[in-house]
Order: sequence, then structure tokens, then C-alpha cells
Amino acid sequence: MANLAAVVGIGQTKYTTKRGDVSIAGLVREAAANALQDAGLDWDDIEAVIIGKAPDMFEGVIMPESYLTDALGCNGKPMLRVHTAGSVGGSTALVAASHVQSGTFKRVLTVAFEKQSESNAMWALSTPQPFSVHLNAGAGGYFAPIIREYMRRSEAPYDVGIKVAVKDRLHGARNPLAHLQKPDITMQEVEDSFMLWDPLRFLEACPSSDGACAMVIASEDLAEQSPKPPAWIRGVAMRSEPTMYAGRDEVSPQAGRDCAADVYQQAGITDPRRDLDCAEVYVPFSWYEPMWLENLGFAPEGEGWKLTMEGATSLDEGGDIPWNPSGGVLCSNPIGASGMIRFAEAARQVRGDAGAHQVEGAKLALGHAYGGGAQFFSMWVVGSEKS
Amino acid sequence: MSEEREMITGIEAPIYLQYTFTAGSAPARFLSQVKKGVLTGQRCPGCHNVYCPPRGSCAACGLPTEEEVVLSDKATVQSFTIVAIPIPNNPIEPPYIIANLVPDGSNISFIHLMSECVNEEVHIGQRVQALWKPEEEWDYAMDNIRYFKPIDEPDVPVDRIGTMPVTGWED
Amino acid sequence: MQQIAIVAYQQTDCVSWAGATNEVELIMPVLRRVFDQVGLANAQDVDFVCSGSCDYLQGAAFAFVAGVDALGAVPPIKESHVEMDAAWALYESMLKIRMGHAKSALVYGFGKSSPGELPIVLSQQLDPYYLAPQWVDTISLAAMQARLMLDQGLITERDMAEVVARSRSNALNNPHAQLSGDISVDELLAQETYVSPLRKSDCPPVSDGASAVIICTVEQAVEWGVPYAIISGIDHRIESHNLAMRDLTDSVSTRQAAQVAGMADGHVDVAELYAPFSHQEIILTRALGLGEDTQVNPSGGVLAGNLMMASGLSRIGEVFNRITSGEARRGIAHATSGPCLQHNLVTVVESA
Repeated sequence: MANLAAVVGIGQTKYTTKRGDVSIAGLVREAAANALQDAGLDWDDIEAVIIGKAPDMFEGVIMPESYLTDALGCNGKPMLRVHTAGSVGGSTALVAASHVQSGTFKRVLTVAFEKQSESNAMWALSTPQPFSVHLNAGAGGYFAPIIREYMRRSEAPYDVGIKVAVKDRLHGARNPLAHLQKPDITMQEVEDSFMLWDPLRFLEACPSSDGACAMVIASEDLAEQSPKPPAWIRGVAMRSEPTMYAGRDEVSPQAGRDCAADVYQQAGITDPRRDLDCAEVYVPFSWYEPMWLENLGFAPEGEGWKLTMEGATSLDEGGDIPWNPSGGVLCSNPIGASGMIRFAEAARQVRGDAGAHQVEGAKLALGHAYGGGAQFFSMWVVGSEKS
Repeated sequence: MSEEREMITGIEAPIYLQYTFTAGSAPARFLSQVKKGVLTGQRCPGCHNVYCPPRGSCAACGLPTEEEVVLSDKATVQSFTIVAIPIPNNPIEPPYIIANLVPDGSNISFIHLMSECVNEEVHIGQRVQALWKPEEEWDYAMDNIRYFKPIDEPDVPVDRIGTMPVTGWED
Repeated sequence: MQQIAIVAYQQTDCVSWAGATNEVELIMPVLRRVFDQVGLANAQDVDFVCSGSCDYLQGAAFAFVAGVDALGAVPPIKESHVEMDAAWALYESMLKIRMGHAKSALVYGFGKSSPGELPIVLSQQLDPYYLAPQWVDTISLAAMQARLMLDQGLITERDMAEVVARSRSNALNNPHAQLSGDISVDELLAQETYVSPLRKSDCPPVSDGASAVIICTVEQAVEWGVPYAIISGIDHRIESHNLAMRDLTDSVSTRQAAQVAGMADGHVDVAELYAPFSHQEIILTRALGLGEDTQVNPSGGVLAGNLMMASGLSRIGEVFNRITSGEARRGIAHATSGPCLQHNLVTVVESA
């Protein structure tokens, strides 16, 4: 029943610790302008703009769509701002797609961003709340115990996380846009890095980056006219579950599994490892790769780490199901944009447009984002063919 | 007038906003008990699970939690991490343990500190007990409990964590 | 376009201080009532949930996450959120239904503005480099807009006071209103100015509360067997953030949104306009070309109670109520966001 839609333009900024040369408006405009150029379009070709970013408390700009409308050529057009915590980059892409899939608009622009150098994310993530114990745990402090439980259940060797950290940084070294450029990274270097939240070491955690990512999504007829191959949107899904409830499986959340099942069903996927050519998955801490390999059905329960260790997810090792060929969140993390970067990089793959990190012949790819206490999930499947 | 001036590339514009925070009704009931040195949970009328600390609803059922249940201040380690980053205004020295602890009688965990333990010996299923601040320092806050420390009781099997009765091991 | 129906609407009372009520406790009662209005148990019985809220009102990041605890979201649900008034959450939900991925949606908005100083908090919605560091609060901005209108002879202070008097009087019929009563224009004009030329009465009160709506396909509404109204059109448009680049005495984007939504396709019996300041109701009424035969803000509007992030949704609900009660056949509901009516949404609602 949904109309067919496709990604016809993608634009990103070079991810880096600090973009001191642009304001927040300049940052988003750069990504948007890049996406328009990629699509061979101009600002007037866009009918609506959908933006997303992480909590307003990061940069301290309340409801920034109000401020950014001018920079995004949105005056006189509809503007929507999505906010679903860490999965926001992904959900924003989905809401943008729904503008076209519902037949309401024919061509929209979507942007997600974070200017972390002008924000205090660590503070915003753990603002001392009255009456609560202030533990300053941050995201790492929250996820490390969950990872420990995964390690216990799966009996995975201690260095699975280290392997992921190396693999993603080697992928990132092929991607000129990636923030962390570490072509010489080794397992030993990661193992020797400072242990922050045991079992997560410094080099197993994501960086903090400035950046923006934008896409132009168009209807079937307009996509067919676009100069570069479109990435057809073959499945879209979101799921949420509460942060805490008795019996919740925090290691492999039900919401993630249900979301994957939904998007696979739409895209006709029965065996994700075999049917997909690659995946861009939100892995901000190394161990989330094996955990998500299981949660997303690429490996049976307890065996995700085996795929990692045998190199199945590595481009450099010739793996059959490369994960995060762009370098992933472990290389670049402008929080509000990270989800959209996954979705956009999946689209680049099936357009044959991923340069040195291209997965040869990729025709079907998964984009994944999650947020909150691993409770909000958004995913899409894009393909080089319409069906 | 000199033409050579430094480009201004940024400004610092601090934001100070004052909020008067009021705890919700369910958390307020919980905090009033904590002020007296008692840990309580609230039970969901739908699934009968006990939530500690209560936030006003059973998130699974979407129902208000009314019934108060007094809990023990003994707990089981559901999971934990060893943290290297210091906590502002807290004397605890890194590396220290942050743990998800399920108090006896509750069905979900809360996050708190562990201390007086050998970090490398902390493990899932371990039994711990609250170390409270001196009574005269008690306020409406979870940090009336300074931290939890290990006690000499047999470990709880993983599949039983979150199902311990208030009386602990004595059924 | 597939027809979408409104089947339920509930709002809490607008109170100046919700006190010992956290987000979950604020939302749960109104959700219970809106589910009961249709005969549903919880969020499991709708296909999609979308909410609107703003963290900065309460001063805590991720306030909306707490809201998920009120839904009964196990097994996991399809749920999304906008950091905007829930009227925009309704817009997002309509897209979901139109694309065939949902037959029904729960939409809710909530705001606890009392903890902070709202007009000052909202000054941080402005351009962070040039405007926010000046801490220009929303009341001052509205006051400048009113000054422009007075100086250009477009309105008088009496016109503004008449809007207030009408709001208070209409609000007597609104059980959820915060400010209601019979007050004369002369009594209002005798009050001292607050942030000139605005009097306190020209400004909205600070209100805590929540509101919820259920929308669905017409087929679903018929299946549920409940009274419904049809959303025959909806659109929203934003204008420049730069106040100097807009004609603040007009609302171009409201007119544009109303035109795209098809307001002119029929008679407008009732119009619920989100006008936080009295002079803004006049701006909106004129921008939309509404005549004497349109009843404006019979609920009292937001001058009688302003639930940030929820009152836009409530305007839609108030029109729905008047249509299902038979008082009106067709109406429009307006929502606004940003300083001085920067961003506007118009929904056209008709009887089935």
C-alpha cells in the first residue's frame, strides 16, 4: 500500500572533533547542499524538510528547527523535527520517507546533525537529577554491565570487542569522511588502551564528532529521472519498549528483534546473512557488534561473536557480510546524525557509490539505529532494484 | 586603525536556568520511606511485579503502581562494571564498581555503587548489603545509601536473580 | 487522499502547578480516559503511537522516554516522538496511516512548564549565536509584535482586551480551563501593563497538563462504532527565524497552510486558534479571513490555559468535540511554534 520511494541524493560533512569554521547552521547547510548536488537538484526542488538530532540539551538550542529553517531553504515549506533519542538519525529518515511513501509529497530533504564541540553531551546524558544518586555513568557506564552479561551468557573470548574495534577503524581508514583515521591500528594497541568501564577500553568506544548527514528522498517517478542510481526503500520499521520492566532482556531487546523481523518481512528477507550484502549497524561500543549480530538474526543466540572472530563482517578479510564498511559509529559519532549516517551509508552501497569502502556488487543493505536504554530501534532496507 | 584583527570564531554563552524540581507522587512516597532508612517497592496490579525505585507505573502494563512493599536492603548483583572515571563531588576513588542491584523482594534492578570489595572478585549473583550514611545525614535521596558491600551469603543462580523474596534466602 | 478520522480526545485540567506529578503520572490518567472513550485497553490496541514534548520545559533530557512507561509498551510497539507540539505528532501519525503502515494511532502531548521560568527558558529557542545570548524572552518578543500593530493602527488596546474578555467568558464552558470568568473590557484596560504594551491578561498562563487524541481510518472508526469526525486536510508551513525579515503583523504561513489544507473548500463554523497572546488571535483571524460567522476559540483558547506541547493537539480535539456534538459541521484547528507565530499548522475537520 505504501508508495515506492528512493534515496536520490546523499550528502555528508567530514566528521571531525571540531568544525570551528562553521556555525550549526553552516554545518547542516553543508550536508544539505552536498545532498542536493549529489541529486542534481536545487533548493526549490524540495517540498519539505525533516530534521532530527539528539536532545536539545546537548548544544543548548531548544527546538532548533526554528533557527535552522533559513539555512535549509525551508521558509514557506513544512518543517518537522523528530526526536527519538539515539535512534533519531534513523527515525528521522523513516519519517522523511513516510512523507513520500504516503503520497503526500514527491521530494523531501532530511538532515540529521550534532555539533558536539559546541555541546556537552556527557553532562546532558547524566544531568544530576534531584533525589537520585549521581553516578555520572554516561552511556558507557550504562552499557558496560549489559555487555558483561552478554559475555557471561555467550562465553565469548575476551578479545571479541577488540577485534571489532580494529575492524571498524580499518574500514574507516578507507572512508575519507570518517573522523578516526587509524590505518595502523592493531589488536595490541586496543588491548593496551585505558580501561574506562570494564570491559570497555578507550579504543573500544566511539569518538565525539561534529557532523551532519543529509538525504533527498523522492517518489518513484522522480527517482527514475535522477542522474545517479536511486537506492530504493524496500522496508521501514520502528519499535520501542520501556527502559525498565521485570523480565526485560537487555542483552537482546525484544524491540530490536521485532523491528528486524518487520523490516525483513517487508523486504522479502528470510536469512539476513545470506540475503543482505552488507549492513550499517549502530555499534557505538565494540561488543555491540556480536550482540546485534544475534539480535538482528545474522547469527544464532550466543554465536554472534563467532562471525566477528572468523572475519565474516570484515571487508578487509573478505567477509561475506561486511558490517559497517564506512567505519561505523566507532569511527564517527555526531550523535544525532549517527543513525542517519548508517541509513545513508547503506544507501551508498546499493547505489555503488561508496568509493574505497564499497562492498563489491552490493544490491541489498540494512541500515540500523538504536537509542535510549537500547529501547528505541529504527531500521530500513534499501536496494538497487525496486523489488 | 590596524587592519590586522583576530577573527572571532566563537563565543561562550553559558546558559543558567533554574528549575524547581518536584518528585512525582510515586517517587515521593518512595523517598519519604528512604528518609526513614527503609527501601520500598511498588507492585503492579496487573503483572504483580515489584518495582524499585518506583516511577509511577508498571512500564510493561501501563498501569499505576499503588501497593507499597517494604524491601530488604540486601540485594543481588545482576550486573556491574568497573569504572575509571571519577564522579564529581563524590569521594569514591576510581576504579570503582557501578552495579545493577536487585533488592530482595523487587523484580527489577537499580543502579548504585559497590565498595569495600575486591573489584576483580565482584561477580554476577553476588550478595550485597547497603551501607547507610549516619542517620542524622538521611534525606529524601537514594544516596542515603553510600554504597553496597559484599556479604557472606551463597551466590544467587543467574536464573533466580530478580525473583528473591523479601526475606532473602529463607523461603 | 485516504480519509482519516478522529475518534477520541481527552485533556487534563490546565493547572498552574502539577506538583508531585512526574511525566508518567501526568500522562497516564489522560491516556486511560482516551482509551476508555473508544473501549481500548492500552497502546497494544492501536497500531502507532506518537507524542510531542519538550525536555527543556522540565529541565531534564529524555523526558519523553519516561512517557513510554505510561503506554503498556510490552510487547514492543511502533512509537515515535517529535520535540514539538503534539499537533505535529498527529501530522506524523497521519503519514503513517496514509502509507498503510497503521490503521490507528494514539497521539499525545504533555508539558510541565511550572518547574522553570517558561518565557526565559524559551529564549533559548532562538539563534544560539546572535539572539539566545541576549536572553530575549517570548513575552518581550510578543510585546514588540503588539507594539508594531498598535503603532501601525492595526489594532487598539481595546481590541486586545476584547479578545481576553471573550476568552475568559467562553472558558466558563470549558471544565479544563485555568482562567475563566466574566470580566469587562474596561476592567481589563484598567490593569497595569506587565511587559508593555501587554497586560498580564494579554499573556497566556503557565499551565501543566497533557492531552491525547486517537485517529484512525474511517473503516476502523466504523468498526469501533464510535462517533467520529473527518480530517479533510492538514498542512503546516514555517517562516524565517529572522524576525526582521517577516511581517510580524500578518501570518503568511498560517494562510498558506490553510490554503493547502483546503480551508476554503467549505464554510468554517468554528476555529480553534493557538494564539498565546491576545493580539495574535487578531493576527490569525485576519490572516485566515475569518468572518463574523465563524466562532473563534469557543473553548477559551490558550489564553485560558496553555499546555505547552499539548495545546496544539487540544485545539484539534476541541473542534472534534464541537463537530461530534453537532454544534458545528466544519472547523479548523491551528497550532503554532517558534517566536511570534513562526511556524503554523492548520487542520480542517468536518463532520462524517
